[in-house]
Amino acid sequence: MLTWRSMRATVRTLRVLLTFRQVAPDHRWRCGLVPFPRSLSTGTPLRNDFFKDLEAKLAAARRKVADAAPGSAWSPLEINPNLPPERTDIVIVGGGVVGWSVAYWLKKKEGIRGGLKVVVVEKDTTYSQASSVLSAGGIRQQFSLPENIRLSLASADFLRNINEHLGVPNEDVVDLHFNHAGYMFLASHKGAHVLEENYKTQKAAGAQVSLLSPTQLQEKFPWMNTHDVALASYGLENEGWLDPWSLLNAFRRKALSMGVVQCCGEVTGFKFTSNEATTEDGERLELRRIKSVQVRMPRSLEYQPVECAVVVNAAGPFSAKVARMLGVGLGPRDTLAGIPLPVEPRKRFVYVFHCPEGPGLDTPFLIDHSGVYFRREGLGGNYIAGKSPDEGEEPDVADLHVDHQFFQDQIWPELAHRVPAFEKLKVRSAWAGYYDYNTLDQNGIVGAHPLVSNMYFATGFSGHGLQHSPAVGRAVAELILDGGFTTLDLSRLGFRRIAEREPLLESNII
Amino acid sequence: PWSSSPASPPPMHRRLLLILTQRFSDFEVLLRWKSRMKRRKLLRKNAYYSYTQGLYGVDIAAAYFVLCLKGGFRFVGHSEWFRADHKGKFNWDFLNHKDTPLEEVDMSYTIINYTGLSNLEAQRSLRTLSVRGCSEVDDWFLARLHVFQDSLEELDISHCPQITPGGLAALRNLKGLRRLDVSSLPRISTPGLVIILLEEMLPQCEVIASGYDHSLKPEEVEEERSQDHAHEGMQRVPKKR
Repeated sequence: MLTWRSMRATVRTLRVLLTFRQVAPDHRWRCGLVPFPRSLSTGTPLRNDFFKDLEAKLAAARRKVADAAPGSAWSPLEINPNLPPERTDIVIVGGGVVGWSVAYWLKKKEGIRGGLKVVVVEKDTTYSQASSVLSAGGIRQQFSLPENIRLSLASADFLRNINEHLGVPNEDVVDLHFNHAGYMFLASHKGAHVLEENYKTQKAAGAQVSLLSPTQLQEKFPWMNTHDVALASYGLENEGWLDPWSLLNAFRRKALSMGVVQCCGEVTGFKFTSNEATTEDGERLELRRIKSVQVRMPRSLEYQPVECAVVVNAAGPFSAKVARMLGVGLGPRDTLAGIPLPVEPRKRFVYVFHCPEGPGLDTPFLIDHSGVYFRREGLGGNYIAGKSPDEGEEPDVADLHVDHQFFQDQIWPELAHRVPAFEKLKVRSAWAGYYDYNTLDQNGIVGAHPLVSNMYFATGFSGHGLQHSPAVGRAVAELILDGGFTTLDLSRLGFRRIAEREPLLESNII
Repeated sequence: PWSSSPASPPPMHRRLLLILTQRFSDFEVLLRWKSRMKRRKLLRKNAYYSYTQGLYGVDIAAAYFVLCLKGGFRFVGHSEWFRADHKGKFNWDFLNHKDTPLEEVDMSYTIINYTGLSNLEAQRSLRTLSVRGCSEVDDWFLARLHVFQDSLEELDISHCPQITPGGLAALRNLKGLRRLDVSSLPRISTPGLVIILLEEMLPQCEVIASGYDHSLKPEEVEEERSQDHAHEGMQRVPKKR
């Protein structure tokens, strides 16, 4: 028994020795102690052998000849692959959130797959200066024009079902980071009756808004100074703010997946035909029709004319510049051709500040009767604030430089007066963005130009373009494909009111 | 966390389906049909019960809606609950209690969504609502709960996969709330801070939040990486209590 056991022991040690011997060289080789046995043959040629390469060279030459033969796509000139297509159905000038929304709705409404070719031209695809992404991202229903309220309600409905509309299979779901915190407008004694009238219009249009007296306000928001407030209106539903970049990207991703062509370039001119026409009053008019759009590549002189049937002008703050290329506003005064598009860029500052003692999760998007607004940004005690400057003190729009003195002089005193906790705050950062400011009445222009029959405007929203973009995109697509508004009647927002100089003003409470 | 691509690649069967979808249009059509059927079912289940309302009144219509979604409810002044069993069968005796509003509604693990809430909107004496584990309850649903702002006392929104902090801000209108259950909401990244802010917003309300990991592990990792950066991160949390 004992011998048997010792035999087993020797066998075990032997096996261990054997396996060690097996493993050891392998291990040493991996460590690189012993160099890998190299081939010592000296047979490989050191010089290039002409005859050996001949076959490959002949094959390459044969391929080149086949490429150059007629009927193939090869050309001796190198073609920039970023150029837009030579002809398309619809060109959208401006790839902001409105432009991409129009593109999405056009593709959505096309009858058959691929029935409509849409090109979106955007000069800066990094969106470093785009109004869409530099906005504060607010969504509200508290307007006084029924058109604006209905646009907001339709847009809120769209945003609620955003994944049904803009979800792409096998991609991440769209997350807008929507904060349902509501908007609050504060009115002084002077503006209280306007606020009450607006409230009635909003209720009639179906928005969920409530009116609060100063006492109720104090009870609900103890952090607020309600000393000079006569009345407040407070949104209950569908109001708040979202991340503009997420919305823009969702529209863009969906539109691209539906076959819209994106082109990075700048529109520098149009080719158009002219026709003479006479009105009933005997006035002679020159009717124009766009034939092609010249798109210049970024940082180069190369350009491509894009033949198209319809142009949508969604260039935001620079849409007047695009319209001027077609002669809008260049005709003699007091004629239809002499009326320019009343949209110009205006610079607006947004300041981010930090205040640990500030109001908490229930902070609404508050708009004071002095014009100052603020909202919460994230959960860590950060806020953003801003104000529209007075008409005479508009800042220079040449660059997006921020005027920090403006916060100290105009915004901070009002903020600290409304919320005493904001006496102690620290400005973290600031940015500036362009408004597409409609100088006539600060409302959007949606519709065709009377003299340029195939150019449609979707511009001039003066700060509410982001929140109205889903509904405006649908309206423009209806106008182009159905010939008229079918869901929301926006005919009052057309160019007609500009031609007749009848402003469609929002009744402000400031 | 700064990457724009999803954190983990999708599971095997999803990748296979993606390849098949890109290769064969039949698969694309089938998948689209499947998602459309799912959406249609959701729409049909959450439709507005106007026909029932016309025949039996708003209260019976609301009760019928709850039972059709396999939920449960209790009438005002009653002690027994009406519930649907797991097959969706229920007792039709609730038809005898015409014009009795509902007091407690339990919609846990159903497919109620924003549009379905319109059936319950007329219930002005609703005191308890539970939407525990409802996959279709999102921030917009919470924003619409303001219709019960005078009556609602207990709300259970735990285990809802779509709720984010942006939607919890909408509960500001429910000033009468006494009890709020926000346990195990997967899309809340900073539960400790959010719960403090919720308690501050609803001072009279007892906020129940379990199922969160409150340990400070990620902060420690950050501290190792750079001392002052973590220090700044600690400061950013307001000390409000």
